Amino acid sequence: MKTEAMVEAALAPSDYLVVAPVVVCLVFGAILLMIRKRIDWHPFLAIPGFFLVLAADVLLLLKVAAEGPQTMMMGGWKAPFGIAFTVDMLGALFVTASGFVAFAAAIYASVSISRTERRYGFFPFLFLMMAGVSGAFLTGDVFNLYVWFEVLLIGSFGLLILGSEHEQLDGATKYCFLNLVATTLFLITTGYLYGLFGTLNMADIAEKAGGFENDGALLTIVVLFLVAFSAKAAAFPLNFWLPASYHTPRFVVSALFAGLLTKVGVYALIRIVLMLFPPQHAELAPLIAWVAALTMLVGAFGALAQSDLRRLLNYFVVAGIGTIFAGLALVGGEGTPGAASLASAAAAATPDVVASAAAPLLPAAGNLVVGLSGAVFYALHSIVVMTALYLAAGTAARIAGSSSLRDMGGLWRGKPALAALMLVFLFAVSGLPPFSGFWPKVVLVRGAFQAGLPWLGAVILFTGFLMTVASARIFALAFWRNAPEPAVAGVPGGSFDPQGEASPALSMAPLLILAAFVVAAGVMPQWLVTLTDIAARGVVDPAAYLGSVFGGAS
Amino acid sequence: MRTIIFRFTAPYLTALMVLFSIFVLLRGHNEPGGGFIGGLIAASALAIYGIACGVVAVRRSLHFHPMSISAAGLFLAVVAGLLSLPVGSQFMTGLWVFPTVFGTELALSTPLIFDIGVYLVVVGSISSIALALEERESD
Repeated sequence: MKTEAMVEAALAPSDYLVVAPVVVCLVFGAILLMIRKRIDWHPFLAIPGFFLVLAADVLLLLKVAAEGPQTMMMGGWKAPFGIAFTVDMLGALFVTASGFVAFAAAIYASVSISRTERRYGFFPFLFLMMAGVSGAFLTGDVFNLYVWFEVLLIGSFGLLILGSEHEQLDGATKYCFLNLVATTLFLITTGYLYGLFGTLNMADIAEKAGGFENDGALLTIVVLFLVAFSAKAAAFPLNFWLPASYHTPRFVVSALFAGLLTKVGVYALIRIVLMLFPPQHAELAPLIAWVAALTMLVGAFGALAQSDLRRLLNYFVVAGIGTIFAGLALVGGEGTPGAASLASAAAAATPDVVASAAAPLLPAAGNLVVGLSGAVFYALHSIVVMTALYLAAGTAARIAGSSSLRDMGGLWRGKPALAALMLVFLFAVSGLPPFSGFWPKVVLVRGAFQAGLPWLGAVILFTGFLMTVASARIFALAFWRNAPEPAVAGVPGGSFDPQGEASPALSMAPLLILAAFVVAAGVMPQWLVTLTDIAARGVVDPAAYLGSVFGGAS
Repeated sequence: MRTIIFRFTAPYLTALMVLFSIFVLLRGHNEPGGGFIGGLIAASALAIYGIACGVVAVRRSLHFHPMSISAAGLFLAVVAGLLSLPVGSQFMTGLWVFPTVFGTELALSTPLIFDIGVYLVVVGSISSIALALEERESD
């Protein structure tokens, strides 16, 4: 009996890459917690640790690109019973992007986080949060996804209140409460899901959902998931917690939160709503389109209204989430070839990696593939660029002594390199060429027109325009103009503590690393579009994902 | 709470409860018990000791900081999962050995190591919270 329920085939060590990002994070987190008194060692362990995580992520991405989706069954129990870790191109891309920004942020943190805060456990919490984020991207089980959400939440709570300042506790209360509500909703919905299907394995659900008759119950579940993940991702009606809390912790913590945590919500939405329940998703697509448009507008107008650099960036995060959601709303209309053809026309073609992206698709799924590919590309771009912007803002605020745009100024003359990098990131976040934000927006706008939603395309463009204006405000006020008269000692921005931020010289290294991606993805988008295209096809037609879970040993 | 009777009995009570928690931990694989429940019993034992004799005494008797105990448990749990790497089976697969020690067959396994890890995580984190609360009370 035991042999029937268990996976028997032997594994090569390289198969362990599927769990490696989580395992490395947990091991390093535990070790750092054990030696938490020796805070001088922390950066020297943490930076190699995050490098290892990144290396594991990249190797996993290469393996998935070469061999297709990978599965590991925890404890060797077979699919519907054991917990599966299944990683396809979508998960591999997200986990690699998260490892990339975590590595950069760890370097930044090693010079910016004070000794007291290290003693309170900055790096262990960071590893714990990254274990949660990586686990959420890698798992193939809905309940396990919930568990990883909890793990990353616990890590993020710790990071959020690190300074124990009044304002941080205020922000943390809002953040914790609303995230717990969303997580509870997620858990309740997972309970309904289990009641309906009797399984929580994603591949199993995807197989069973096709022949399911009780459409009303299924639609209810999908709507509940949509609400829970929208709250996590800070989409429009549920976005208010993000601008209320993300400006209170240290800049490097804000950077990681802005880059990663909302994207975990987006990822879960793609994985569960789009991959498992395509008919229900198609029914809800008009709603998602409206949510996307309103999120973009709220984010863009909110950004225009802010005078504090970090609060302004908070709204950029929201606008970015709206742009990603726009890509998830593109169904219907005439089918067209995938985004790969567009990119090959737009960029210098490097066709040697395209081979596996050429599988034929149902015509109706064509728009969704285009939209999804654009959305994933935009999400990856957003992970990197938002992290980079917050880190750059942290350095700028440290030099200027304030994060309020009213008090900053003169950085162009004083720090030309920082100003140039900031300009690159601002161009990228506004979607201007030749940086990474441009191509996903091209894909999304074109996809929106093809899918018969020209107004949505118009909103994407209009949001891009507003964000350009907001970016121009940042650059003109904080960098270009001469420094205003020194402000009174009380620091009007309030949220800024100059003690805790990076010394400028060392904090440039992570910015350069992140800028390298922004430029690479902007100048040569072909490789990334190829990968996101594979990811999108894998979600729309998850046959390979199912095969990886059920077919064969691993 | 610091009556002489309580202060006299608390160490014995604590010792008994810790012993019992280890018993619960070890019987846990096929019977009710296990790392989580065992850890809770041990943590409450430490809490009783703290109420009777003060937080300083507990911290001294623990020797390690509760958070370090927690971290060691987490480390142990991950290592228990990783032991299936050298034998080429899936992550966290249960591996068993049955050595005979003094004529008794012992069932040792990676789930046991994992359970000990859980025990340590629970003891460390719960007693760290409990000690912090007891400390706050005495301020």
